[in-house]
Amino acid sequence: MSDPVIASGLNYAYGTGDLARPVLRDIDLTLAPGEIVLLTGPSGSGKTTLLTLIGALRAVQSGRCQVLGIDLAGATEARRVAVRRRIGFIFQSHNLLGFLTARQNVAMALELHAGLTERERLVKADRMLEAVGLGDRGGDKPARLSGGQRQRVSVARALAGQPGLILADEPTAALDRQSGGDVVRLLRDLAKRQGVPTLLVTHDPRILDVADRIIAMEDGRIVPANDLVASP
Amino acid sequence: MSGTLALPGQATATPAGRPLDHAWLPLRLAWRQLRAEKARLSAAIAGVMFACVLVFMQLGFRAALFDSATALLASMRADIFLMHPLTTASFRPETFPRSRASQALALPEVQAAVPIYMAQASWRNPESGTRRAVQMIGFDTEAGVMGFPGLAPLIETLKRPDTLAFDRRSRPEFGNVAKLLAERGPFQVQVGGRMMEISGLVDIGPSFGADGNVVMSEVNFRRIAKDRAASGVDLVAIRLVPNADRDAAVARLRQVMPADVAVLSQPELVAHERAYWENGTPIGFIFAFGSLMGLIVGMVIVYQILFSDIASHLREYATLKAMGYSNFYLRRVVLAASLLLALLGFVPGLGLSTLLYGLVGKSTFLPLGMTASRALGVFAMIFGMCTASGLLAMRKLRDANPADMF
Repeated sequence: MSDPVIASGLNYAYGTGDLARPVLRDIDLTLAPGEIVLLTGPSGSGKTTLLTLIGALRAVQSGRCQVLGIDLAGATEARRVAVRRRIGFIFQSHNLLGFLTARQNVAMALELHAGLTERERLVKADRMLEAVGLGDRGGDKPARLSGGQRQRVSVARALAGQPGLILADEPTAALDRQSGGDVVRLLRDLAKRQGVPTLLVTHDPRILDVADRIIAMEDGRIVPANDLVASP
Repeated sequence: MSGTLALPGQATATPAGRPLDHAWLPLRLAWRQLRAEKARLSAAIAGVMFACVLVFMQLGFRAALFDSATALLASMRADIFLMHPLTTASFRPETFPRSRASQALALPEVQAAVPIYMAQASWRNPESGTRRAVQMIGFDTEAGVMGFPGLAPLIETLKRPDTLAFDRRSRPEFGNVAKLLAERGPFQVQVGGRMMEISGLVDIGPSFGADGNVVMSEVNFRRIAKDRAASGVDLVAIRLVPNADRDAAVARLRQVMPADVAVLSQPELVAHERAYWENGTPIGFIFAFGSLMGLIVGMVIVYQILFSDIASHLREYATLKAMGYSNFYLRRVVLAASLLLALLGFVPGLGLSTLLYGLVGKSTFLPLGMTASRALGVFAMIFGMCTASGLLAMRKLRDANPADMF
């Protein structure tokens, strides 16, 4: 099996013509199966843009970006939507649907997958919630959960569809130290158990220990690993 | 690189396995979202209901107007009518020579040709003495061309001089004639400056052209309308012999009659009268305009609700897109929400309108009633209104860009 993420010579710029502002320059990045990679760097370094490109949320401008075996360069919107279905996203804020219960929110990720009955979806959702330690909160709306619990629901949602890749953007930014650490370690454990490669954008120094590998970015480029020691 | 263009099976699979899920899951999501915000949902339902009631009332009034305007002509029991070609509406007729009635009798298939006189005269309310214009209809009561309920037993009495029959469904401003008649029997009223005896009641109903009707013999009519030439009539009602071909008779009469009369079958006459109210007055337009306004107001309300629903859930919609929900799926959610609102607003709107028809019909004496075809028609309009709102609101979905989520 080929690597789940292969990016090479990837460039991206916002704006066009004279106003074009390059944010990614000549990125080479590969994720091995089952690998947990942490992407770090100051804000504006382009790490989020890189994440949205790999997540098929943005059209590739130039370079190669192959995700889960699909070449995203020149991919149509429909094809990118299809790729997104196989990626579990975790956002900075939980972004749960406020009018759905935790269980229904997790089940939303499963509605995209063919062949499941409503019962099967809810059973799977409950099992996922149990895995994140919220087995008894399935019937609660997000408003009745704490910040850490909400983020755990969104971890459950990201993993419920058995994705081929997990992309997380600052999952701890809105959480305190304790619950932030809990969520990330939970994510790592589940990702490891399912063998899902995970790309985690963060500049939270407290969670660097969960990674198999840390990549630092600056000014749209990947910084060589030996510079990392100096960063916090 | 080889094989990277082939999508694995999982990615090409449709969002939901069973065919019903394509419609059901977006509908359920829309319903859950609507249900979550009770105040917003009630506002939307009230908006749709408002539009619904407005359209129902406008269409009801419109239909009542046309029904009542043609009730008099529709209740005449004749097959064919002669009318002056310049007569635009029965309450304002042009006269034509009475001899046309005799001419029509020349055709073997014509059994009877009865002149009808119509005029408005001043009626003095027997209770309060106030005056009001009443529609007088004079004809040969024995000829049996008028089908008004209640007329048959009065035929003999109406032959007496200075008698008339009063339309019991006339507006109350004419006085409570039915009650007076029951209390003291036939009594005198002043019509067109002449004392006449009310000897009975018939059923016709008021129209937009006439608030009340009185029916009398040809002779008595002339006694009130003294200044009218006896040779001029307003309408001639023709009855054919049994089993005669009406359309053939109409065609033959058209050949025979000179240019000062138009020959119309009864449905044609009713349609002519209806066309006057529909096209010759702003009334038809006013009701159509009122309905349209109702639909536009309803559309704006529903649009606002759907739009703000999307706007306040932009992050959630963007998240769904990031998870792999297509734009098309989310559009179906918005459309499902608008159709749910159509349904939720229509049902109470229908009930309320039916109730209002009863109340308003009772106080205006207009024949207002809910019909299945109108209910279906209004539902189609409300459905269209909500669909339009949904389609407009969908454009906001474009702002839900998952790339901006990070």
